[in-house]
Amino acid sequence: MSEIITIDASGLSCPQPVMKTKLVLDKTPSGHIEVLVDTATSRNNVTRFAENKGWKASSAERDGGYKVTLEK
Amino acid sequence: MDKVLTSRHGPLVAGGILGAIAALLVYFGNPANMGICVACFTRDIAGALGLHRAGIVQYLRPEIPALILGAFASSLLYREHAPRGGSSPIARFFLGVFAMFGALVFLGCPWRAYLRVAGGDWNALYGVGGLFVGAGLGIAFLWNGFSLGAAERNPKAAGFVMPLVALALLALVVLKPLFGTEGTGPIFFSKEGPGAAHAPLIISVAAGLVIGWLAQRSRFCTVGALRDLLMMRDAHLFKGVVAFTAVAFIVNYALGQFHPGFEKQPVAHTNELWNFLGMVLSGLAFTLAGGCPGRQIIMAGEGDSDASVFIMGMLTGAALAHNFSAASSGAGVGPYGIPVTIIGLIVCGLIGLGFRDNQKAV
Repeated sequence: MSEIITIDASGLSCPQPVMKTKLVLDKTPSGHIEVLVDTATSRNNVTRFAENKGWKASSAERDGGYKVTLEK
Repeated sequence: MDKVLTSRHGPLVAGGILGAIAALLVYFGNPANMGICVACFTRDIAGALGLHRAGIVQYLRPEIPALILGAFASSLLYREHAPRGGSSPIARFFLGVFAMFGALVFLGCPWRAYLRVAGGDWNALYGVGGLFVGAGLGIAFLWNGFSLGAAERNPKAAGFVMPLVALALLALVVLKPLFGTEGTGPIFFSKEGPGAAHAPLIISVAAGLVIGWLAQRSRFCTVGALRDLLMMRDAHLFKGVVAFTAVAFIVNYALGQFHPGFEKQPVAHTNELWNFLGMVLSGLAFTLAGGCPGRQIIMAGEGDSDASVFIMGMLTGAALAHNFSAASSGAGVGPYGIPVTIIGLIVCGLIGLGFRDNQKAV
């Protein structure tokens, strides 16, 4: 199994969580990525962006925020 | 309904309802082409609190506290109320100050820019153009590494501060205390001008609560709309702006509130360059701060102390803009509106260049 890439975007304002995700997705054709965010808005934005790029996204609550898991 | 609001069509639906409510608020008494304007209404609140002495723009606009309370209730109910803060608050304060300077040179927040277009005020097209350019500048700073840093979770009590402030404002508009030394104040109410034009209290409060709720659920944001469109080619928020403008236009037209032209538009001036540059400044400041003023109000209701500090900056900026003769009026740009806009652009540029993300990217 390939390495899990973790993006820590906790506490960042819009649109930085999506920007950070974009920078990683642009150079990652497939794999397993976890994005840490602290608001539902950032969770939704990251999920929508990744799904638009053809990734499968799921999210779970974690202490103080959410973990969005992206797979392709 | 909530499923629709939180879907990718949420901003479209919410934007349409917001546009209708805004046009109806004019019908019920709010100033023309100003059914709801976060900048103008915050300025009116600053006047009502005696922070500036422009007598024609003083009213404790109930829509603003109601927006906060609507978003607060919605975020609590859907477990999205998250007290947080600590992301460069002083920079956000001054972004709020200068966002307001720009908005008062143009005469409106982004919401009002679109509402002015929907009412036929073509001067606002320069403002909308400025908003696009300002957001574009903000995006350039963002791609260049701009960041105000990460916020942290705050104690639960922090999330109740702005809702309590909102309740206090609503109490003041109901009680209208008059125990100032000159027999007026501490709360001031305009007797003429835009500040004297307002919908009945109950309608304003109901509209604010509904808009706060809808905007919280749908993440409606007029600056985020441009940012996502230009940065990510994602139009889902922008469709909300289009629906907002289109429905406001339809309701305006139906109610006889559509008066196309450049001259003699309500609470507007015809100076193309400074309509444009005022909104460039605002658009830049809003983009650097992470959202339009409406969105900042909603985030304040959700418990975001940084957004709350931005709003306090806007409130202060409104008072300063009038006290320093920088705010425009129907007669044109204020005597110090031009230098203040230039200073604002320089300050926001320095903030854009100077604040960097010091977190590891991955």
